[in-house]
Amino acid sequence: MDQLLINPEYPHILSTLIFLPLAGAILLLFVRNEFFARYWALGITSLTAILSIPLVSAFDSTTSKFQFVEQVSWIKSLNIQYVIGIDGISILLVMLTTLIMPLCVLASWSYIKTRVQAFMVCLLIMESAMLGVFMALDFVLFYVLWEAMLIPMYMLIGIWGGPRKIYASVKFFLYTLAGSVMLLVAIIWLYINNGYSFFIPDMMWQNYSSTSQIFLFLAFFLAFAIKVPMFPFHTWLPAAHVEAPTAGSVILASVLLKMGTYGFLRFAIPMTPEATMTLAPAVLWLSIAGIMYGGFTALAQHDMKKLIAYSSVGHMGFVTLGIFVLNQQGVEGAILQMINHGITTGALFLCIGMIYERTHSRELSDARGLGKHMPIYVTFLAFFSLSSFGFPATNSFVGEFMIIAGTFEHSMVLALACIPGAVLAAAYMLRMLQKIIWGDTDNPDQSKMKDLNVREIVTLAPFLFFVFWIGLGAQPFLDLIHVSVENLLNNYYSFTAPAVAVTEFIIH
Amino acid sequence: MQFLPELTLLGAGLIIFMVSLGKTNAELTRNIAIGLGAAVLVATFLSYCAEGKLFFGAYQVDLFSQVFKTLIAGAMLGVLILGKNLRDVSEKIHAEYYLFLFMSVLGLMMLVSSVELISIFVSLELSSFAVYIMVPMRDDSGKTRFQMEAGIKYLLFGVTATGFMLFGMSYMYGLTGSTELATIITKYSTMWANPAYVISMMMVLAGFFYKLAIFPFHFWVPDVYEGASNETTAFIATVPKLAATALLIRLISQISGDGQVIINVLMVCAVASMFYGNLSALVQKDVKRMLGFSGIAHAGFVLLGILTFQITGYANAMYYIIGYVLMNLACFLVICNVSEKGENVMIDDLSGLHKRSPLMAFTLAVGLFALAGIPPFVGFMGKFMLLTGALKEGYMVVVILAAINTAIAIYYYLSVVRVTYCSDPEDRNDVAAPSMLINATSVVLLAAIVFMGVSPQRFVDFASTAVKTIM
Repeated sequence: MDQLLINPEYPHILSTLIFLPLAGAILLLFVRNEFFARYWALGITSLTAILSIPLVSAFDSTTSKFQFVEQVSWIKSLNIQYVIGIDGISILLVMLTTLIMPLCVLASWSYIKTRVQAFMVCLLIMESAMLGVFMALDFVLFYVLWEAMLIPMYMLIGIWGGPRKIYASVKFFLYTLAGSVMLLVAIIWLYINNGYSFFIPDMMWQNYSSTSQIFLFLAFFLAFAIKVPMFPFHTWLPAAHVEAPTAGSVILASVLLKMGTYGFLRFAIPMTPEATMTLAPAVLWLSIAGIMYGGFTALAQHDMKKLIAYSSVGHMGFVTLGIFVLNQQGVEGAILQMINHGITTGALFLCIGMIYERTHSRELSDARGLGKHMPIYVTFLAFFSLSSFGFPATNSFVGEFMIIAGTFEHSMVLALACIPGAVLAAAYMLRMLQKIIWGDTDNPDQSKMKDLNVREIVTLAPFLFFVFWIGLGAQPFLDLIHVSVENLLNNYYSFTAPAVAVTEFIIH
Repeated sequence: MQFLPELTLLGAGLIIFMVSLGKTNAELTRNIAIGLGAAVLVATFLSYCAEGKLFFGAYQVDLFSQVFKTLIAGAMLGVLILGKNLRDVSEKIHAEYYLFLFMSVLGLMMLVSSVELISIFVSLELSSFAVYIMVPMRDDSGKTRFQMEAGIKYLLFGVTATGFMLFGMSYMYGLTGSTELATIITKYSTMWANPAYVISMMMVLAGFFYKLAIFPFHFWVPDVYEGASNETTAFIATVPKLAATALLIRLISQISGDGQVIINVLMVCAVASMFYGNLSALVQKDVKRMLGFSGIAHAGFVLLGILTFQITGYANAMYYIIGYVLMNLACFLVICNVSEKGENVMIDDLSGLHKRSPLMAFTLAVGLFALAGIPPFVGFMGKFMLLTGALKEGYMVVVILAAINTAIAIYYYLSVVRVTYCSDPEDRNDVAAPSMLINATSVVLLAAIVFMGVSPQRFVDFASTAVKTIM
């Protein structure tokens, strides 16, 4: 238990964050007033966001231990505990989740017209589950929340989604669930081989045999790679993104996808270091494939949401690339890029949603020439698009730069292979931007389009704020994660050293 | 006191018999039946702590049997409440229907206490024959007489399984010279490698496999589920499974786990049940048929707990079957209330149920997600503990196959939820508002499904205590 740190000044802060939205959702079940449901959801999510701020101020960035820990026995006979805590790897993701949820509520303010309170209930339950996933330090708790999250997300897509919502929602559910059943077997195996404990920190850095590590890694990989999603497991993503309502797309892009990469960092590397070392090259090349595939496919899209969805595949490819080059710069860049992608892509989905609310079309050709009539809107869109392809002074530039720098350190070939991906990103984003702002000579009549109202500006402004904050001064963010990443990599190298030595001995 | 629940049931049967002699309306008969069902439940509570032996040792009353009797009485009350006046059974024979239902439950209650071959056989037959009659009691609405087909199939398969069981029992008697389980088990402990022992054991198990619908004794399930009226199916799908599990645990907990042959057979049956049930359920259009196939798969999971030959395994199996009964009751409550005249419910008939009846749609969704094994419901916890228990004993392959089955199963459960929540009702009629009693039952079921899933500790502990009394 030496990996835990209990902060006495904030004894139950994490539990409050998890259970506040859940309690709000349960209360909302009994309300039949749409007006109230909107304000209630906004109030609860904002309160959660405000309550989460002390996490950053009180976070001790000099230790890699888990902080704000709470520990209660849950199921004694199986030694399952309710234990939660955060470290440098999860703190930014927790903050991203709490801060993005009020904006999701705002984005659905007029977008959702039917069954409003059910929608808000789903959003609030999602928030509880997502926060829980990033905080859980017990594997069963993690798995329960990881799976339980599927139901509200399925409902979000399946009920409030677009024309092909049923296909998309079922595909989303089946892919994710099918991926995680082997994770369950892996969890039980770890439990039995760890003195019957589900405590995650205890499972890390153990000497499991090489063969079992490989199997464990494959089980982890299947679950997490589908969630990320990595090429070739990505096919559910465009379908789900395109059909989901705006808030659903934002949650999906900003938070859900991060769970996959978070899983790699939290479970795959610490629990199966040797297997990670053996299989990392394959994962790296899959990442490159994802970057190229996402880029080229995005270039060919006419549907704006699909374009952003495929760009996500590419961006997440960069994140997995950064994680599996396994050096300080790469991993830190990957974590930062997870946040950046959450901010930028989330904002882009909000932008697309705002056009969709006005024209009920996501076709790029219908949105041509908006620049003349919606100046505020295209300003926001332009900044987010620039951020998306990593323009200097925006957030993604920092993340992508670090990842590519880390990749150069790891292997020249790999780095050269991923550069075209960065160029592709510029190509497809600029193509979209050009069409929306100027269009062609035969633009559709956009003169009736109203520019953003105050609510929409309030929704987008925080995203822009973070785009520039991280873009111009990323150091405070990196400080939070630095020690945890350093500790992760140190442990990783000390645990793979014997294997490396054996390999070298065989080779020479 | 020891025999109170059974006597109450017998009395209830007599009262219903009196009712059947006079002329009554359906509503009154149903209320009497519900009242008597509640009385039986109270009787099981009263005799909850009873212990002892009756009928020269053929009948054992212990904590294990009393727990199961309480569960059986509770499930029976649930089935009685959720049925809406048996709309698909001619009003003239409602009283008789309830009479047979009570007799079947009496058989099941006796079954969980039986520790002697003849009494096992008698109570099993009592419970089965009553149901053989209940199945064809359905009105011949479509003039296709498919309820008769169902009845005959149920009877023929049942009799075949009984034949197997009797043959096995004759072997048991031949090998040991006794019909008492305790004596048989003591004598068996030295001959677990003897082929005759294995054969006798498997044949006796066949009788219970038939009740629990485990591959290869599952063939009756789809047709009987489809052919019997909704209320009868609700009964068949829940109450007998409790008793069958109880007796399976009672029998298997006594024999030695050294006999690898038995474990292998159980393992094959479990995995085959899961795959057969889940794969067949994928293509069903009738909700009851689908639940039937899913029941076969779930029986496989129950077996997964039993084949560990550990107290925790039996306790997990017990927990799982209780959860299964709750989830199934929730689903059947919806089916019985959605069907207007008692006809079978197709999956498409559930379209847009969320608009027509929000509580029913919610109950069905929770029931199905729980059956699929999605947390935080009881189905997940049950599956999780069963898999943990089996992996602890080193059955890696079985655990992986079972996990794969979870992934297959989600598809058909999800397709029902999809229809319920994500499609429009088109021109389907509104569901008649369910009565307060039914609404209250569905809320209780929902609460139980969530509560058992979130805090399984006390239930498993309790099940372990009950199992320990028979070890």
